[in-house]
Amino acid sequence: MIVGDSKPLEEILEMIEGRDRVLVLGCRGCVTVCNVGGEKEVGILATALRIARKKRGLPASIEEATLERQCDPEYIEELAEVAEGYDAIVSIACGVGPQFVAERFPKARVFPGINTTFIGGALEHGVWSERCQSCGNCLVHHFGGLCPIARCSKSLMNGPCGGSANKKCEISPEVDCVWHLIVEKMAEMGRLEELERVWPVKNWITSRDGGPRRRVREDLKQ
Amino acid sequence: MKAGSNLEKVLAAGHFAVTGELGPPRGNNAEEVRHKAHFLKGIVDSVNITDNQTAVVRMASWAACKLLIDEGLEPNYQMVCRDRNRIALQSDILGATALGIKNVLCLSGDHQRFGDHPEGKNVYDLDSVQLITVFKKMRDEGKFLNDKELDGAPGVFIGAAANPFADPFDYRVPRLAKKIAAGADFIQTQCIYNLPKFREYMKRAVDKGLHEKCALLAGITPLKSVGMAKYMAKFVPGMDVPEELVKRLQGVDKKAQGEEGIKIAIEMIQEIRETMPGVAGVHVMAIEWEHRAKEIVEGAGLLPRPVV
Repeated sequence: MIVGDSKPLEEILEMIEGRDRVLVLGCRGCVTVCNVGGEKEVGILATALRIARKKRGLPASIEEATLERQCDPEYIEELAEVAEGYDAIVSIACGVGPQFVAERFPKARVFPGINTTFIGGALEHGVWSERCQSCGNCLVHHFGGLCPIARCSKSLMNGPCGGSANKKCEISPEVDCVWHLIVEKMAEMGRLEELERVWPVKNWITSRDGGPRRRVREDLKQ
Repeated sequence: MKAGSNLEKVLAAGHFAVTGELGPPRGNNAEEVRHKAHFLKGIVDSVNITDNQTAVVRMASWAACKLLIDEGLEPNYQMVCRDRNRIALQSDILGATALGIKNVLCLSGDHQRFGDHPEGKNVYDLDSVQLITVFKKMRDEGKFLNDKELDGAPGVFIGAAANPFADPFDYRVPRLAKKIAAGADFIQTQCIYNLPKFREYMKRAVDKGLHEKCALLAGITPLKSVGMAKYMAKFVPGMDVPEELVKRLQGVDKKAQGEEGIKIAIEMIQEIRETMPGVAGVHVMAIEWEHRAKEIVEGAGLLPRPVV
């Protein structure tokens, strides 16, 4: 899923300063799963904004809505009658949400209420870890199912570097050295020899480095 | 000869090589580079010029290399993958070799989170192993990475680093083998303090015959004080400083600790040279202590340096 962090309340209050009618807009996709932008979090943020604005003697008209997804125009369309009536829409979907809403409703002022951080998964309740950098050419099966691009701080294809100590990355004791994990896993699987291969220079053209990406599926297009 | 550098010639002639290290200044003070270089002249066969080491901004490595050449020393141009993509790396090696640089050391580079610009974006288009393959291709095939012909191929002696003390230990020699398979002509190791562990590492390397394919240089950094020893042990990732070395330094008066550190360095060089087959030389990293390098090299009986 796409994982995000809530923006500090102060930052959101500053964004919407001087805007009376505010809509907090959630999404039932990834951000619901990672507990940062679903219906529940819409309620929490709206309440916090109301209290803070009231305290400061400001208009506290904060409305709430949550769409099925904010990355799909068909759901954004549900706001057609109301969107441009707000002075501010605070989208707490991933970075796609505020862009799709702003694109559909050119007169609306749309603000991002969360910071989108990474593509990852839940390790336990309340803990997520980055797992994919969407490089556009998945090779994890060569590395025991672990991704060196997303999980090595230097994206080394031929790691581990000299900074690997006690299974941790040189940048922080909080970060696992994925290359240590790869070597261990490949050894366990009896596949260590495969790591002797000198991985050639990677083609990053399928990654963000090749420019903003777009996919056209002729089989699905109408 | 691949590059005809002094280092390559010294090694080819079968001499025990000695390389040194010089960190460029945090400014454009060329005099500082010349000043440090002067302490290493005639003491080492070539001098590594670090490339924004520990991700702290310093004078460009290639420029400091050129200053050394002008002073009559031979530089090893260190290049990290952190700050440059394949376009810049290939361009820089062409420029560097055009200026007379003949040795290069291919490194991944310390992550910028350590350095003085931790907010920066890194590159890591290539890793150090891939960088070796690119320079080898340019030199041996006269082609860019994209197979286009070069107008003048860089004759360069290609080096790489190895850290015998990083984890996982069992994978360290296989990774060394990988760098050699990629095309490394010489290897310089991380600072060695744990001799038994290095002995085991070298034994495994020799068993694989790696010393016959590539010159392996053992990294030596004198400990200036107990404080430095403790700092290295605790804060430098992948560094192994045994407790008995710290105790030995603690056993002497504070003012004499530097002297003791130099003595330790000399003993280590001698032990490595005399008792560890397959070591082709030493890489003496007297960091911000260039003026003491001579004592170490001389003390280890490695002066005068051969003229080849």
